[in-house]
Amino acid sequence: MSEYKMRLTKEQQEILEGKKGETMKKMMETLVLFGEIFDAERLAKVTHNEGHLVTSFGIPLLKPLFKTMEELNNEGIKAPGGFTCDPRPLDYKNVKCNLLEKAVFNLVLYGKQKEYEEQLLKAGLTDLDSFSCTCYLKECGNRPKKGDILSWAESSAVVFANSVLGARCNRNSGMIDLFGSIIGYVPEFGLLLDENRKADWVIEIKTKEIPEAQILGSAIGMKVMEDVPYIKGLDKFLGTEIDDEVEAYLKDMGAASASNGAVGLFHVENLTPEAKEQGASLIKKEIKGTYIIDDYELERVYKSYPNMRKKKDATPEVCFIGCPHLNLYQLRKWHKDILSSLEKNKKTKVNCQVILTAAPKVVEEFKTKYKTDYDNLYKVGVKISSICPLMYTNNPLVHKKAIITNSNKLRTYSMARYFKDQDILELITK
Amino acid sequence: MKTFKGRVIAKGNFKGEAAVTHSGFNTLASFQKSALMNKKNVIVSDQNNKELFNKDITGKILCLPITIGSTTGGLVIQTVCEMGINPKAFLFSESIDSLAASGIILAKVWQNSDVICIDRLGKEFLDTVKTGDTLEIHEDGTVDILQTNY
Repeated sequence: MSEYKMRLTKEQQEILEGKKGETMKKMMETLVLFGEIFDAERLAKVTHNEGHLVTSFGIPLLKPLFKTMEELNNEGIKAPGGFTCDPRPLDYKNVKCNLLEKAVFNLVLYGKQKEYEEQLLKAGLTDLDSFSCTCYLKECGNRPKKGDILSWAESSAVVFANSVLGARCNRNSGMIDLFGSIIGYVPEFGLLLDENRKADWVIEIKTKEIPEAQILGSAIGMKVMEDVPYIKGLDKFLGTEIDDEVEAYLKDMGAASASNGAVGLFHVENLTPEAKEQGASLIKKEIKGTYIIDDYELERVYKSYPNMRKKKDATPEVCFIGCPHLNLYQLRKWHKDILSSLEKNKKTKVNCQVILTAAPKVVEEFKTKYKTDYDNLYKVGVKISSICPLMYTNNPLVHKKAIITNSNKLRTYSMARYFKDQDILELITK
Repeated sequence: MKTFKGRVIAKGNFKGEAAVTHSGFNTLASFQKSALMNKKNVIVSDQNNKELFNKDITGKILCLPITIGSTTGGLVIQTVCEMGINPKAFLFSESIDSLAASGIILAKVWQNSDVICIDRLGKEFLDTVKTGDTLEIHEDGTVDILQTNY
């Protein structure tokens, strides 16, 4: 693995030859070899300098991660534009854990969390409030513009940046995200190029009402895998402008398509930036197929999700709402819906541990601008956290708990049972 | 015996047993439990993968179309290679995806892993190979299906 075909600049070549040290050499070698698999002819300059890393967790077993971070820190190497990072795995203040669970979290699963966060700061983490999978929300500030080239990971953030913001980013892995942010270049292939942003599939939405975003995304992901879908008929429900409500819908739909499949970019006719500009010319001349999604198909997909619990209809003990993290619109809507449903059911408190998750900076905004709503949620027993629910459910002791969620991503990676939004609302307030 | 030829991503010679999935292999969901709990073998924990769920794939030859799911995928492959509990080889019927490619390259450059990887073996390869078949991989990207498991 030592002969390279890629055209490199003098500066890039020098890094590859080790003139800026062994660690920089290995990072450059990784990027070049990675790009050559996809016939990248050169490295493209990262134009939105702030990176986003998927690896937020101090899991001692991820030895390669800590070793690399240690090498970077020791050599004083950091990402010049900084980076944000996925959510933290723990939040004891808002997500209750017993002593045994804490012992497993602290001693086994995330025993290196503190040390790892120190490593991240030295390598360029923007600040200690930068832990969220929704770094692209206005409140969080790491929001690229159309046409920007990124070095990001986190499947839900990548698909959002490509599709909703019109930025350009491949589905990079953890580590590649960091290397690209440090070196300032990423291999030019895949979704960075115009020809690969054209659609391989046409999705026709023929439902009577707006589809549940998380199930629609799941259905699309399972069908098209890593291809690009062009979605027709969704603008009938979402309109033609992206406001906070539509942004939330596209965020959740994209996350499900990326975790249940491998979608890195979707187009919604008359709505997302490239679809608005280029219309049906974004659809390839020869497509892989047309997938019609009606109410029957959505229900078929929903019913196909396995229920992993031994006691199939166990009473919910924990409910996570917000994977990916909620935006401000969604926090306000869940506040309104939970309080109305409790009132309708003549209840004063939710009946299990309910956790709404959002980015630290979004929570702060909610707390500041809508203090009464924030306080009301706590009064009825709902907590707001910036935890990663997926990381929380990694604890084998937590597997015994009956966890419910409205997240298709969380369902995929845990034993949590998925329910539609309306069903979740009924389950936690009855 | 049936022979297929693909593109070499990481070369090597190996003879072993196939573990086959026709749907996308969700790397994080599959390796998550074994890697996190420091197990000596990878028992596939992806509930959505009906073909491989609860099967041991350590040291086997994983035959798949592409990998899907979380972008931790590459780091997860690198980690299981570091732990020595990885499938010995990854054989892709399609062009390798960016996450799996990252994992293989990371394992090679940073861990000097001997993991083998071949892609573009074609749809017929995945239609032919069955879990339990004996395969022989050659460093030029040729894969022989020596024994068919009926």
